[in-house]
Order: sequence, then C-alpha cells, then structure tokens
Amino acid sequence: MGETQIANYTINFGPQHPAAHGVLRLVMELDGEVVARADPHIGLLHRGTEKLIEHKTYAQAIPYFDRLDYVSMMCQEHAFVLAAEKLLGLQVPLRGQYIRVLFSEITRILNHLLNVTTQGMDVGAITPTLWGFEEREKLMEFYERVSGARMHANYFRVGGVHQDMPDGLAEDIMAFTATFPRALDDIEALLTENRIFKQRNVDIGIISAKDAIDWGFTGVMLRGSGVAWDLRKSQPYEVYDRMSFDIPVGKHGDCYDRYVCRIEEMRQSVGIIQQCLREMPAGPVIADDHKIVPPRRSEMKATMESLIHHFKLFTEGHRVPAGEVYAAVEAPKGEFGVFLVSDGENRPYRCKIRAPGFAHLQALEFMTRGHMLADAVAIIGTLDIVFGEIDR
Amino acid sequence: MGEFWSGYAIPGIWIVTKILALLIPLLLSVAYLTWFERKVMAAMQLRMGPNVVGPWGLWQPFADAIKMVVKETIIPTKANPGVFLLAPMLTFGLAVIAWAVMPVGDGLVISNLNVGVLYLFAISSLGVYGVVMAGWASNSRYAFLGALRSAAQMVSYEVSMGFVIISVLLCVGSLNLSDIVRAQETVWFVFPLLPMAVVFFISALAETNRHPFDLPEAESELVAGHLVEYSAMTFGLFFLGEYANMILMSGMTTVLFLGGWLPPIDIAPFNWIPGPIWFALKIAALLFVFVWVRATFPRYRYDQLMRLGWKVFLPLSLLWVVLTAGVLVAFGWAPGA
Repeated sequence: MGETQIANYTINFGPQHPAAHGVLRLVMELDGEVVARADPHIGLLHRGTEKLIEHKTYAQAIPYFDRLDYVSMMCQEHAFVLAAEKLLGLQVPLRGQYIRVLFSEITRILNHLLNVTTQGMDVGAITPTLWGFEEREKLMEFYERVSGARMHANYFRVGGVHQDMPDGLAEDIMAFTATFPRALDDIEALLTENRIFKQRNVDIGIISAKDAIDWGFTGVMLRGSGVAWDLRKSQPYEVYDRMSFDIPVGKHGDCYDRYVCRIEEMRQSVGIIQQCLREMPAGPVIADDHKIVPPRRSEMKATMESLIHHFKLFTEGHRVPAGEVYAAVEAPKGEFGVFLVSDGENRPYRCKIRAPGFAHLQALEFMTRGHMLADAVAIIGTLDIVFGEIDR
Repeated sequence: MGEFWSGYAIPGIWIVTKILALLIPLLLSVAYLTWFERKVMAAMQLRMGPNVVGPWGLWQPFADAIKMVVKETIIPTKANPGVFLLAPMLTFGLAVIAWAVMPVGDGLVISNLNVGVLYLFAISSLGVYGVVMAGWASNSRYAFLGALRSAAQMVSYEVSMGFVIISVLLCVGSLNLSDIVRAQETVWFVFPLLPMAVVFFISALAETNRHPFDLPEAESELVAGHLVEYSAMTFGLFFLGEYANMILMSGMTTVLFLGGWLPPIDIAPFNWIPGPIWFALKIAALLFVFVWVRATFPRYRYDQLMRLGWKVFLPLSLLWVVLTAGVLVAFGWAPGA
C-alpha cells in the first residue's frame, strides 16, 4: 500500500455545544485528537448594544450593561456610571462608594464561583458546580434585596446607587462572609489537590507574561501569568485605596494557576466585603444634584420643583457636558472599560465597550494549538468567556 | 406425546421460567439503579433528586420508561438505518445474556458453564461493537470520535482485566464461576489480592464507560459521543445496556473478589440470610461506589487514560500474576498441585 494523504478532521464545536459557554462557534481541525487549528466565530449573540445606547438616555443605558456579561452585572454598570460621572464631574457620597465596592466584590465572587466550578465541569467534575450554585443563590438574594432583581440589578446610578441597603442586609452579608470560606474549602477539597483535576489543568494552555500582555489580556488571565496588574491597586477607583487586600499572581500561566488565582481572589474579596461593612459610614448613597439625580419620592409629593425635576429626568434625562472619557474597572473577567463620547446631549454620542473576554477569546487559537480536544475545552473554561460581552 | 412433554416441553418451560426469574429482577434493578444513582448523587450535591412521581420519586423509572417508549425514534438522513438500529439492540442484548453464567446463589445459575469466566469475558469484550457500530452508523463526527475513543479504551483495559482474572484463576484452579466463589469460603480474594481487586474495579469503571473514564460520551467534549444521534427507545436500550453492564461488572467483581453469595462470616445471624441477598447487597455496595466516583472525580484525558491502562495497570497486573504464581508454587498452595 502506498502512502496515503490523510485529511484532518474538521468539526464544528458549537454554537450548540455544552462546553461552548454560550454561543461560541469553534471550527476545529483535528489531527486525531490533537487540535491543529481552532477558529472562533463570534457574533451569534450580537444585539447592537453600543448602537442602542446611542439612542438612550444615560439612565436608560445602565440596564444594557447588566446584560453584557450576565455573570458580573454590577461591575459593568460601574464602568458606565464612572465614565458618566467623570464627564459630569460628579462626586459620589462616601457611603455610596462603599456600597459600590461592596457589591463589586459580591459580583466578583458570583463570577469566580461560576467560572471555577464550570471549569471543574468542563474537565468532568459535576459536584462542585452544584455546591457553588448553592452559594451563588445566597449572593443573588443579596442582589435581590438591594435592587429587586436577582441578576439584572440596574442598581448603580450616575451619582451613586439607587437606594440605601435595606435594614439587616449588612448583618446578613457579614454572616455570609463567615460561612462562605468553608463552602469554598469544600469545593477546593474536590478540585485543588485532586490528581485528575491537576493532570487536566497543570501545564495546559500556558501563556507567558509577554504573550499575555501582547494579546491584550487583563484580569486573572494576565495575573495567572505572573503580572501583578489589577486596576483596583494600580489606579484605585471609589474607596479601593482604603482597602487592604492582596493580588494573587500565578507562576506558570497555565489553567491550574488561573484556577488557583480565582479561588484566592474570592477569599480576598471576602476580606474586602468585611472591611466595607465595618468601615461603611452613614449618610446619603447618591449625590444631591437634582439636575442629574432624581429627587426622593416623598419630596416629589410636596415640592413643585422636585416634580419638575422628576418629570424632566424621566422624559428626556440629564445632559452631559461634551467631551470624551475612558473609565475602566477591574471586572472579575479583566479590565472592563467604557469609552464615552458626549456632544452635550442627553444621550451618549458614542459608547465603546471594552470587553475583556474579547481579548481573551482571540488568543484561543494560539493557546489551543497542539493541545488535545479535551484540553481545548479546559482552556475555553479557564478563559472565562461570556458571549454577552464578546458579541455585545 | 409423553416423550414430547418430558423431553422438550417441560425442560423448555423450566428454562424459560429460570430466565424470567433472572431477567425480571435484573431489569427492575436496572430501572431502579437509575433512580438510585439520581438519588445518591442528589444527596451528595445538596439536591433533592426525583421526588415528584410517586413517594420519594419511586415511580420515576416507570415514567422514564413510558417517555422513552412513546417518543419518536429519529433516524438521521445520513445514517445507515440497519446498523443504526442494530447497535442499541446488540448492546442491550449482550449486557443481558452475560447474566446466563452469573451464579446468584449456591447452584442458582442458568448455565453452570465450566468456562464461565471466559464466556463473561468474551461477552463483555463484544460490548464495544455496539458502541463502534453506533458511532459509525450515525454518520456524525462527534459520534464517530466517541466510538473511536471507546474502542481504544475498552481494548486497553481488557488486557489488564485479563491478567487480573488470571491471578484469580491461579488461586482457584477452575474457570467455573461457582467454583471461584466456593474457593473463597475461607477468605475472600479481596484480601490476598487487594491490589488486583482495585485494578479490576477501576478497569470495570473504564469498561462500562463510567466516570472518570466516560470519554466516549464526554459531555463537555463530545456532547454525548456515540449516543449523540440516538433518541427515544434506541437511546433507551443503550442506556439500559450501560446500566445492566454496571450491574454485571459489579457482579463480576463480587464473584471474583467479594465471595459471591457467601456471607462475610459463616456464623449464626449471617448465614441465615440467603445467598442471593448477600450477592445483591454486595452488588449494591459496589454500585454505590460507581455513583460515588461519578459525583467526585473529574474526567481523564484520552492520552492519560491510555497511559494509566498500558503503563500502570498492565505492568502491575502482569507483575502480580508472576508473584501470585510464584507464591503458589513456592509454598505448594497451587490448586491440584
């Protein structure tokens, strides 16, 4: 028998695939089990968010940010309101800042819990996911108590947050921070030192610090490679400069390091939450400028001026001075940025969203080449991609 | 006429009765194994498990069965319909006929073959054909990849399983399964041959495509592997076959290492309980481990699975065969020596 040319096997991984984390369509060329080429196709969840925001008032734009990365909702609202506040030159009251930081960290735990446990599920461990969801449920209840919605909170507003926390919530969150580390220990017991989990993650999807920077990585994807870059430390916003916390960094830049970083970040977040709850002062949670912030409902019933403010704000919104601004937050997935251009109208002229997952996904081909099919799944899991933000 | 009755009819009815007496409890156990698995995993995962259909969800298996039967069997356009339909029947059939030689109690066996181990081994090896046929006939890339994985996996683990069985046979001196159980009256083989029992059980996990070796149907990689195109009762037969295989493998482990129908200690309260009950209890304990492992471990990667099979289990079991033979000969313990 003469030599035969064997064609590679091309499979369509997704968009309907249990490990595609949403609607990733990956055209994979397989040489046996080894990935020769992985070509991510995006756009299946494109909803035109950026364009829609150009036609909405600033207050109407915030809910769109919940729906970008639907596992780290409030962090994205945060970036948008920070950008708007920068243009307006608005100062957020201290209590409002603390509440924002508190809920940003709750969001970080929400996100990392989902990611770490689904990374487990991608390599075949099903139980951590269910244990993690038990904890996520508690966190979503905090979301619900503060905003009325479990996921799409729409809680952060230009100038502060919508309402003060209800009575008893601070105590309940404090109680949660006492029990949560134990739940995390349980999840770790199934994964961290498990031999199979290690075999599936150590030295898989290695990315060097230089490559990570070149590909535009941020967040855990960058810190896993040993670069201690965290916007909360390098350019603190809100009251992060008052918080004491550590930035965990990895050594090898493989899937396992990123997993360990995420676990440690959750523990650090618990610390930040406790600090917030201890140090939080009393006072208003939203700025007092009623040209931007709607007046209280009770005032509205009594004063004509408040009624007019309310009417104006909820029909045409507030105007924002002309200018351009970029504001970024350390979202759980990485640097989430909003570039806002205003022409002085009540709607943004342009709102460009920098989604961390987009930069991470573009490196998928580079990271999976030469690995096996099963590793590609583990790498997708560790990239922490959510298509809401990538396709926007 | 009398010759017809005594020569054909009565033995025929007797055999059919025996088969039904084995098959009906077997199928019921398969049905309730699915319930058991869901309940046990639910408890481990802080969930309730099935609890709507009947008390504690006890009628759930029947609800599932009705659903499987009444749903439409979809045959993909590109599939090869004959092979596509034959594959699940083969898988299920093989899982059931293997029970013909399984001694559930002293003398309680349909066919007391003197090469029972070989028969069991042959039947469980044939199981891979169902998977390969399904993967090929589906004409789907995921299914085909799953079938290839399955073929490689089952073949690799059968080799070390074979050596494990040889070390047991050396101690017994017979291939008859009832004899193997009787040889364990003094001590169960799990104690002197512990490493082999562990190797055998892990290989059994691989042989039945269970966690952490469920690569042929790895959900996060191959969606459902060879099962991807199957629906309704064609899927149901695969499913039943897989669970019947789990029970079969637990039964084999019980017979080879845990003393089959024998009570743990041959004294008063224990030997009142009939043999089949002991047999069932031991199988249930092993099945619990199957489920426990599934809820605990991640999945191996294809090459890691191959490495474990060929580079760890094969040398280990080979070494143990030599060691067992050496010890038996050196001390003159070899049966028939």
